Amino acid sequence: MSVWHLILREIAHRKLNFLLALISVAVAVGCLVGARTLLRSNQLVTADILAAKQQQVEDDVAKQRRIVQQEGAGLQDAMRKITKGLGFNILILPEDQDLHELHVEGTGSQTMPESHVDKLANSRIVTINHLLPVVSKKISWDEYDRTIILTGTRGEVPLAHRDLKKPLLDHVPEGTMVVGFQLHTQLGLKKEDKVKLMGREFTITETYPERGSADDSTVWVNLGEAQEMLGMQNLVNAIWALECNCATLDRVAEIRSDIAEILPGTQVIERGSEALARAEARNKAKATAQAALKYEEQAGQESLQREADGRALIEKQASDFAAVLVPVVMIGCGIWIGFLAMMNVRQRSTEIGILRAIGLTSTQILAIFLGKSVLVGLVGGILGYAGGYAVGVAWSEYAPDAESAEVLFMPSLAIIALVVAPALSALAGWLPAMWAAQQDPAVILQGD
Amino acid sequence: MLLEVRDVHKSYSSPGKTVQALDGVSISLAAGDFTAVQGPSGSGKSTLLLISGGLLAADRGEVQVADQAPYRLASDARARFRAQHIGFVFQQFHLVPYLSVLDNVMAATIPTGLNGAAARAKELLAQFGLEHRLHHVPGQLSVGERQRTALARAVLNRPQLILADEPTGNLDRDSAETVLSYLGTFAEEGGAVLLVTHDDSAAARAKSIVHMVDGKIVDVSGGSGDS
Repeated sequence: MSVWHLILREIAHRKLNFLLALISVAVAVGCLVGARTLLRSNQLVTADILAAKQQQVEDDVAKQRRIVQQEGAGLQDAMRKITKGLGFNILILPEDQDLHELHVEGTGSQTMPESHVDKLANSRIVTINHLLPVVSKKISWDEYDRTIILTGTRGEVPLAHRDLKKPLLDHVPEGTMVVGFQLHTQLGLKKEDKVKLMGREFTITETYPERGSADDSTVWVNLGEAQEMLGMQNLVNAIWALECNCATLDRVAEIRSDIAEILPGTQVIERGSEALARAEARNKAKATAQAALKYEEQAGQESLQREADGRALIEKQASDFAAVLVPVVMIGCGIWIGFLAMMNVRQRSTEIGILRAIGLTSTQILAIFLGKSVLVGLVGGILGYAGGYAVGVAWSEYAPDAESAEVLFMPSLAIIALVVAPALSALAGWLPAMWAAQQDPAVILQGD
Repeated sequence: MLLEVRDVHKSYSSPGKTVQALDGVSISLAAGDFTAVQGPSGSGKSTLLLISGGLLAADRGEVQVADQAPYRLASDARARFRAQHIGFVFQQFHLVPYLSVLDNVMAATIPTGLNGAAARAKELLAQFGLEHRLHHVPGQLSVGERQRTALARAVLNRPQLILADEPTGNLDRDSAETVLSYLGTFAEEGGAVLLVTHDDSAAARAKSIVHMVDGKIVDVSGGSGDS
């Protein structure tokens, strides 16, 4: 015969008392476990939603990046092509060329070796491209009694280290001539016409539309022929070039430095308006593309943050509710268990008296009542955990399949339920048990 | 001496008055003694029994059971001492309602851990004619059966002293006879019995009868058991 035997027999005898206490513990533990399971479910759902959202944002941004990069590149290329129409914007001149004369006359009088252009083309220079050597001079076209600018060009010289680019100005073959707008309109010249200039015969291959510049009064011929006609063999007045879209703050200084290194004895001027327009247009296109991409990224992150904030609010509300509900339920259940234990002690006072009389110690009486409380806590904890877990899984937003149910299972919570529930139950039953242990058997027996 | 009560005083206080339950009572029981205590209600009989059993401390005086002073022991040690040396039988039986007859008897071994308790319990119950009632609960027993169960519980640990408070008060004649007969046998076999009873015929079975009035022993006479 043991104390446990006595406890189990008493439980079997007073089933209602045990059942009520059991339900109480199960409800308290179930509340705790259910709340924690639902909170965990919420956290998992949140994590899934945010991960999906994050993935969606990343996919969207990646997609937008591709689009923006593609469109941006297209825009930049379009800008590059459009602004290419502005023509050359870098002029490489002999060092002794008077710029005042150049601006007043429209052409320079000083020359430099034609080989300069080849030297430049064979260098590793990256700050310019589209090299065009020209010899140019204002002359009188006696055959038509006109003052014109005669420009000799051999076409663009490709840079050795770069891919071949479409030339801004086509090569003018020997014996052919290209005529500016004012000249061909005023003189009635057209393609295939044969004309004489300085005694040489040329076939007109191209008549330019109006450009609104000195080009409208210019005649282009082959560089070699122009050099011969002007007595400037192997010499050029200038090398035209197109600056690259360098991102440096002072690109002209950089170009000047590069060219000075390759071609000492030259000077470089920039046709500011064209250069700026070109650079600004291309930079703007690039900036627009980057801004569009940044906007997409920012919009995605903001959307993600809104989702996270929303979920965090839901979780906080649930957590706050559980933080109030669980303690209230646990305290209520604790009081109820204590009340039931007190009732049990009152009901068993004669039994306590006789057990004391036949020799049971107060410690054994205490063990009888505390043992029952611990048993109530243990069984109630198991039932409460199972019930709370089942309800938590059933009400979970997380898909209630076997795998998710496993994910929602929290061993630490199970251990807490199985350790804390008996401990709290014993705590609730402590005072009644102490009361029982301290009862005076003589008083009880005399009372009977 | 198995029970030695010397000059014991005990009073109960309630608001406005003090009742002197025992007033200088002395009594001693040696092995083989069977003493009945008689007296009107409130004469202090039950108080004497509780004090003798180590359940109620006297205000003054000396109590010794089996040559030991139980009240000099701590509470739990006194409980164990009680389990080993004293058997109680009450008028109301005080069986644990949810335990079977066998378990009620066996409950007495919780503090002692008596070896072979189950066999002895069954032997005693058979001796009291309860072998067919081992697994019945008290509610299924007659009053006589209940008192025999209580008697079996009282003697399971082989005590030297039985303290019986009106054990036959609720019993029919046959059952009372069984109980009194056993108490007589218990004394004859070397134990000591202190029987509190209103019943003259029950008291007459004792070797000596102590008469109490107002907490004092007023007379001691011989019973029919005094041979």
